[in-house]
Formats: sequence, structure tokens, C-alpha cells
Amino acid sequence: MPEQFTQLTSHTFVLPQESIDTDQIIPARFLTTTTRTGLGAKAFYDWRYDASGAPIADQPLNTLDTSETRILVAGDNFACGSSREHAPWALFDYGFRAVISTSIADIFSSNALKNGLLPIVVDAETHARLLADPGGRVGIDLEREELTIGNAPPIKFAVEPFARRCLIEGVDPLGWLTDHLPQIEEFERGHAL
Amino acid sequence: MPPSNSPRTLFDKVWDAHMVVPETTDAPGVLYVDLHLVHEVTSPQAFADIDARGLKVRRPDRTFGTLDHSTPTNLERSYVTPEAEAQVSTLERNCAKHGVTLAGWDSGDRGVVHVMAPELGLTQPGTVVVCGDSHTATHGAFGALAFGIGTSEVGHVLATQCLLQRKPKRMRFTVDGQLQPGVSAKDLTLAVIAAIGFGGGSGYVIEYAGDAIRALDMEGRMTLCNMSIEAGARAGMVLPDEKTVAYLRGRRHVPQDEAFERAAEHWLSFATDLDASFDKELRLDGRFITPMATFGTTPDAAIPIGAAAPTPRGDSERKALAYMRFTANEPTTREPVHVVFIGSCTNGRLSDLRAAADVLRGRKVADGVRMLVVPGSEAVKRDAEAEGLDRVFEAAGAEWRQPGCSMCIAMNGDVVPPGKLAVSTSNRNFEGRQGKGARTILASPATAAASAIAGVLTDPRVFTRELEDA
Repeated sequence: MPEQFTQLTSHTFVLPQESIDTDQIIPARFLTTTTRTGLGAKAFYDWRYDASGAPIADQPLNTLDTSETRILVAGDNFACGSSREHAPWALFDYGFRAVISTSIADIFSSNALKNGLLPIVVDAETHARLLADPGGRVGIDLEREELTIGNAPPIKFAVEPFARRCLIEGVDPLGWLTDHLPQIEEFERGHAL
Repeated sequence: MPPSNSPRTLFDKVWDAHMVVPETTDAPGVLYVDLHLVHEVTSPQAFADIDARGLKVRRPDRTFGTLDHSTPTNLERSYVTPEAEAQVSTLERNCAKHGVTLAGWDSGDRGVVHVMAPELGLTQPGTVVVCGDSHTATHGAFGALAFGIGTSEVGHVLATQCLLQRKPKRMRFTVDGQLQPGVSAKDLTLAVIAAIGFGGGSGYVIEYAGDAIRALDMEGRMTLCNMSIEAGARAGMVLPDEKTVAYLRGRRHVPQDEAFERAAEHWLSFATDLDASFDKELRLDGRFITPMATFGTTPDAAIPIGAAAPTPRGDSERKALAYMRFTANEPTTREPVHVVFIGSCTNGRLSDLRAAADVLRGRKVADGVRMLVVPGSEAVKRDAEAEGLDRVFEAAGAEWRQPGCSMCIAMNGDVVPPGKLAVSTSNRNFEGRQGKGARTILASPATAAASAIAGVLTDPRVFTRELEDA
């Protein structure tokens, strides 16, 4: 069953680089797993650990308290590249529950929404405010589709309506698809495929 | 569905023909999938999902597996880790359990998923093809709507043969004119990605059109469509034509004899209507494209070989240039190259190996350069060996390996060492993509071969003489 998401208030963690690809989020050599679990330890691995595998001391991702900091603010074109769902699995397991950027790759967004990690696309001005205030407090209300930065008035964002419903109501997309099996069977009968 | 008399694009026609339930404001459409390709990396959790719900693979006859990402390319088949081996045996077990055909180790069919499926005739025009792999766009070369999906969606397709999808926007990218001799499909592709920009194709399905595209052979079209995702587009397509039909004729999974002629007629009906409109149109003049190579750490950061690396715009570009150890306003052709990789779903086909061999024949890989040639499939390997290409590579000092994704994704133990510079025919030059700290230049097979000989990034026309003749 999908993870649910309704509201979240948390501090932000800022990675201002543009085009952070899914190979950065989870390097390919960790994709030999056959489960979804435990990938948080491998999130941003090559940024967090040196060649000997020792944690890099001044890398904030190694000391971040994700019980307080659950919102990742990233540079434009976030999570481009490979379709690996391991990327949202890793970010969720690491502790993030939302990602905010000016653009987020299509496949990653689709994958993230199925795993309780909310991708939010904002305009350049809002993005600039978030980038300028690492660790700032941000509120997310998915039902209202509103983002609140500090005490400023809320800003609207949009999430694909079905994915939003899945997150808020816990609707299961696969269950929803299997409910359409009669139509699928009829389609197959009607098409010389 | 729009009225049948309104002009439609190839993409519209394929989309409309596969809509089981149309999308509404509240819910995406249910899109039927004709061919579902699976490999060992993105499928284990999906099979586990459907097993946990007591569901079966609904259409094993429309599902086809291969082993490519985690597989070793050495003759001994020694895996990089026990986990990699376990992942491969998990797919073997899942396919056996669910009655899915697997191009397994000794099938003779095994290959990189996007090389294998077209050569078996599995990929057909006007169909919807998906795979848990972003380079699924490759199959768009046949006029199929082909795109990568996540593992949860792999489970959806296994269980229902359908996906929940909203219709993307339409972009047409036209390349006019003809490519110069010595300029390859990969050079064209890198020029196209550079023109669109890394995220510029986000939300679009691209139709590639124009004289230069029509002139490409099917393998060149696959190279082009393959990298659509590197511009952020989920799919790229080329109109099916007589070349498409000729490529498919006689392949194992296409209809045979008279049924093939009927199928071919159906395939050609997917052409974009004359007055069909696109949400975005871009153009490039193919006559001015020269051999291209990347200088940064995103695939769109490509320039003509010999040109100076541009001045970075902002921190991200500065960081990329520093990572690559290139200097702004200086050419990238001076840094010593340590590794050359020829292979991948972008450039691991027979024509790619021929292009590399043509440059290498009678020449030697420079001292200090390790060159790997990894055929895209068992079939490519057989064909290449029948032509003696393996002997050309080995005589030059390159390694001739077993088929697989290999150093493109570097998860099977084939890696570029930290800090080393690679010229690679693959599709991604991200930081660490080919190994932690590896620096990757993306280029064509001919360029990769020329760079192996010279030990620095080199325009292959130096060796193939088109520069002198021009």
C-alpha cells in the first residue's frame, strides 16, 4: 500500500546544484538489491563517503537530523537521468518526505509519488527564497496544495490530481488498475493486437 | 478520442490506438502496453509486489526478459558481487515461475534489452513498448511509443498489461539537410540534445523529422531515439518507412510471408498527417554538424571536437568543468585519455562496431589506454566475429568482451578508475556514472576508436581522411 501524505512542517535542506541526476542520488553499483529497503544508507553515497568508504566529515548529509529536516530543496532539473525507483526509495529511507525544485524529472516524479515522497515544483522566485534560507521552516499542505515559507502568505502548487488522491486517501494505483480489468479485457477482444 | 478526420501525429495515432480508458481531470488514462521488456535490475521488487498480492503476470506472451545490467562481460562469467549474481538468478526464477520468455545466458539471444528486442523483431511500429529503463525510448526508432517506467509501474504492467498515464505534449525536432561524410548518428544525437538542452524535452514526446533523420539507417535512428531521455523527454519517435519495413522483414517475432505484407501496410499507416500540429517545433541544419563530444557532466554539454570548452554560466557548470579538469576557452583535446569504451544500448550495434573497426584497422591503441569493446548482444557478437571485427579490435590491443551494459552503467565490475578520463560511446557522462570519480566524454564509436589510437580526444576524420577530401 502506498505511503500517505497530507501535511508536513519541517526544516529544509538545500542542495543548490542544478541537474542532480539519479546516479548521484543512488549510484548504480547499489542497484543490485532485490528489495526496496535500506537504501537510505546509500543515498548520495559518493558525496558522503571518501574512496576508502569513510564518512566525509564536513558533508552535512552525514550529520543531518532527518526527524527535523524532511524537505529537500534542490537545484533545477532535479533527479534527471535514469528511471531507477531506487532514487525515491533511497531519499525516503534517508528521511526526506518532500522535494522542491523549479523542475523535477518526469519519471522521478512519477516514482516519488508512488512512494510517499512529494515532488513540488515552484516558480523561480519562490525557489530563490528557499535556496537563500537553508534550514528555514516550510509548511506543506497537500490538500490545499499550499506551501508556506516561514510566516509569509501561502503559495499555491499543483500535484497531478490522481497522485494527490492516492497520497491523501491511500488509494492504491495497482488496485485501481485491476478494478479496470473488465475494460482491459474488452479492449483486448476488440483489438487485433 | 479526436474525430478521425482531425490531423494527428504519429504519437497521437499510437496513443489513441492504445487508450483503454481515456483520461479525465481526476484520473490518468489507462494505456495498453503491447510489449513489456524486463531486466534484472528494475524487476525483482515488481515481481515481489504481484506475488504478495497473489497476482500473475497477465500476459506472459507480451513480456520478454533479458539479463544485461549486472552480468559480467568476462568469459568466466564471474560476477562482481554475490548480490549481482543473486539478482540475475532472481529474474531467472521469476521468469520461470510466471512463464515469461527470458533471453538467458545460453539462449543465444541475450543482449542489452534495447539491442536485443529490435533484432528479434519484438519491437514493431505503432506499438507501445515499456521497460523499467529510461533508454526504452530507443524503440521509438521504429515508430513505437516507447518509454521508461519505474519499478512500481513494472508491477502494474506485469499484473494488468496497462499503465496509468497522462498524455505528454508533442515536440517535433527537424534536422534538415544531409550529414557530412564522417559525421555519425551519434554526432547528430549529441547536437540535437545540446540544442534541446538537458531538461528541455521534459513533458514531451519528440518526433524526429527531416532529411537527415530519414537518411539514417535503423541503427542510427535507434542511437538518436535512445538519448531522448537525455533531453528530459520520455520518448522519441521516427516515422516508420521502407527502411523500417526492410529491417523487420524475416525477423523472428514479426509476422511472416503474406501476413508480413499486411503488417507492413498497417505500420506505414502510422505516419504523421500533413497538417498535424505540435506543441513545440525545433530545427537544426544537419549540414553543419561535425563530430561532437561532451565536455561537462550532463549529456547536453556537447561541442564540436576541437572547439574550446565554453565559459561556465553559473556554479553548476563551473563545478562540472572542474570535475572534468577542462579549462574554459581551451579545447578538450589535450587531456590524456585512459579508457575507451565501445558498447551500450546507444552504440553497441554491428554498425557501431564496424565504424570503430574501420578506424582501428591496422592501427594500435596508444600506450596507457585501456579499450573495451562490448557487443550489445550475442547476435551482434556473432555477426561481428563472422566479419572478423573481433580480430581487428584484438590486434589493435583492445579487449573483446561478452555482451552486456558493462561500463555504461558500471554496475557489473567494468569501471573507469577514479580520476581517469574515458571516451565512451554510451549515453551518460554524469559524475561517477562509469565509476566513482570517473570522468566521461561521450562520443561516437569512430571518435572513441580514434581517441584510443591518439591517446587524446580526436576527430576520427583525421584517420578516415574525410577531412583531407573535404
